[in-house]
Amino acid sequence: MTWAEFLPLIFMTVMGLALLAYVVLDGYDLGVGLLLPLGNDVQKDTMISSIGPFWDANETWLVLGVGVLLIAFPKAHGMVLQALYLPAALMIVGLILRGVAFDFRVKAPTKYLPFWNRAFFTGSLAASAAQGWMLGSYITGFDSGPLGLLFSLGIAITLPAAYLLLGAGWLIMKTEGELQHRAVHWARRALWPMGVALLAISAATPLVNQAVFDKWFGLPQIFALLPVPLICAAAFFAVHWVVTRPQLIDAGYGWLVFVNTVLIFVLAFFGLAYSIFPDIVIGRLTLWEAAAATSSLTVIFIGVAITLPVIIVYTIYLYRVFWGKAHPLTYN
Amino acid sequence: MDLDTLLLSRIQFAANISFHILFPTITIALGWFLLFFRIRFVQTREHAWEEAYYFWTKVFALSFALGVVSGVTMSFQFGTNWPGFMEKTGNISGPLLGYEVLTAFFLEASFLGIMLFGRGRVSERVHLIATFLVALGTTFSAFWILSLNSWMQTPAGAEIVNGEFMPVDWFAIVFNPSFPYRLAHKLLASGLTASFLIAGLCAWQLIKGSATGGTHKALRTAVFAAVLIAPVQIFVGDLHGLNTLKHQPAKIAAVEGIWETERGAALTLIGIPDEAAGTTHYAIKVPKLGSLILTHEWEGEIKGLSEFPNAHPPVAPVFYAFRVMVGVGTLMLLVALWSVWKVWPQRASPRIALPRPLLWTLAAMTFSGWLATLAGWYVTEIGRQPFIVYGLLRTADVVTPIAPANVAITLTAYLVVYGLLLITYVGVLKYMAENPVKHAPEAPSGELGKAGA
Repeated sequence: MTWAEFLPLIFMTVMGLALLAYVVLDGYDLGVGLLLPLGNDVQKDTMISSIGPFWDANETWLVLGVGVLLIAFPKAHGMVLQALYLPAALMIVGLILRGVAFDFRVKAPTKYLPFWNRAFFTGSLAASAAQGWMLGSYITGFDSGPLGLLFSLGIAITLPAAYLLLGAGWLIMKTEGELQHRAVHWARRALWPMGVALLAISAATPLVNQAVFDKWFGLPQIFALLPVPLICAAAFFAVHWVVTRPQLIDAGYGWLVFVNTVLIFVLAFFGLAYSIFPDIVIGRLTLWEAAAATSSLTVIFIGVAITLPVIIVYTIYLYRVFWGKAHPLTYN
Repeated sequence: MDLDTLLLSRIQFAANISFHILFPTITIALGWFLLFFRIRFVQTREHAWEEAYYFWTKVFALSFALGVVSGVTMSFQFGTNWPGFMEKTGNISGPLLGYEVLTAFFLEASFLGIMLFGRGRVSERVHLIATFLVALGTTFSAFWILSLNSWMQTPAGAEIVNGEFMPVDWFAIVFNPSFPYRLAHKLLASGLTASFLIAGLCAWQLIKGSATGGTHKALRTAVFAAVLIAPVQIFVGDLHGLNTLKHQPAKIAAVEGIWETERGAALTLIGIPDEAAGTTHYAIKVPKLGSLILTHEWEGEIKGLSEFPNAHPPVAPVFYAFRVMVGVGTLMLLVALWSVWKVWPQRASPRIALPRPLLWTLAAMTFSGWLATLAGWYVTEIGRQPFIVYGLLRTADVVTPIAPANVAITLTAYLVVYGLLLITYVGVLKYMAENPVKHAPEAPSGELGKAGA
């Protein structure tokens, strides 16, 4: 494989990992946003505090993911985003509402606090549902027939449910006392619907797309791929096991909920990546056809190779600084 | 005029970028002001510097959040509304945008968390470094995005192969002919915008009697910054204009309302340009001054709009916007001089007393930087039309084929959201200025000024 063929592959990987990082990191932010109406006033403040220092950097992974699509695969960027024009706009408006509500809810006069709490929830809901819709539409190759729309709708419901579980897992880790107990309760409630929806989608994906079917159910790859659903199931039941046993949470094993939910996200992501590769727009454009000029990719590659490790290092540092249970945020 | 996809997409992008640029224009310079407040506190241990830092950190956080969310929108709109732009210039604009994300966005977003909420969790030195990195990040961001914008104005270092721009010399692309001038002009504009924002809100606090010790520190800093920056900005603006005359003569012809090529051109102060008739009505002119300013010669030649058939921008918006920018800029210089004249005798005193008219003038000019900045961007961006890459690629050739109805829906949604946010932002700044001491939800868990987290 030549450098010119290899580079698009690297950028596909960077883009995939950036989007995975986004879905996991902003996923828990959005999940907390979806859970916000369920907390009382004090709990709402704590819930927001638990994500306050992180959300901005988390959202930047989306900019990187879309940025790499824009930079490395400009032809695919235009094609994908035009096909997803309205849901993309809905997601953006949602992210705008959510992002500004962080600041306005504490800086605007107190009487507006309920309004900005609602904006926070509505923004989180709009963004996560729109992301689900976009993912569904993308997988079906932008099929606008009834089956394609039904599939998109399915993911538009499933993804927020998965975020909700992730958010509950985050709160179990970052909070204590009454709020932690409620988070366990929320996780328990969200678990089964999400599991069933995820299963339905996994079953439907090969059915709406013949190429995916062949990739998964041919011999011998079906045996090599078998661990993916098996580990997924194991992670699911690990979450189930923890959230149904309060004594495990009290013994300090609450982090298992978050970690196993992340594991499900990672596996689903790799399953999806395997299904699509090497297309970037399913059935229309491979990643090599969509790639930018080699000289341009080389220039960005140098930047990525230098800056991405640094970004990862200070992201880890950020998480270490705010390690442990969340406290009310203050600038002092 | 037909409301087609091209026009709607241009309005949408203009609305978006106009809304977006308001906030980086504040945060780029405000980050450095914060670093200054912080350093002064570490040096002097005066509580007032801490108060100034604390208050303006809140303003910074709010402005930054609005800048981030509207910036994310931009990264999507390149693809949704201008797919042809990325397809044709992607090999140039991609890496420049990529470096902005990699070197600036993550840096500022990550260290902002530590800067805002990290006190008590990290050492004073690390906190100071975080403040520095946030300021540096915003400035890096300006560097890359202005490099790309300047390349669209004065493309260099690339060749066109099969209709696509291919990079030839990256140094020439990044440091294209108009970039140094535009970067300097923008950074100084940010300095002035932040100075007048700080001075204006501080003046409002003095009027309303809600001033703290930090108010006096911040006001003094802002006034001195403004009086230093304003003259430099006028000088740099002149250099930028000369650069534009060299590379984009049609833009200058529209700015000055010069219809036919002439030597010893007069300077039109004001008037009503009439593009259909090819003349400026009720023009008030100063003979020969136009040539003197632009060519630095009494008899210098300036090309008129008639030399650029079908390739010059619409005259009226560029002509008016330029006069708004220069007018506001001049006013800023005068008010800065007036302020310093009053503040200078009190430079050693912890509290400043200013005459009422000056306070009201400063308060009225709180957002004057926004006005000048927007006007300036309209001059340069509308002045680039009908091209998206000057002289080489037309805006009409890169627009999305999406149905106008869809663009109309999203445009309406954005306008409603942006309108709401703008009103709220200004309202919240006013509220914060009048209530600088925190209210319930943000109550510190420790004593003010001590580590609370």
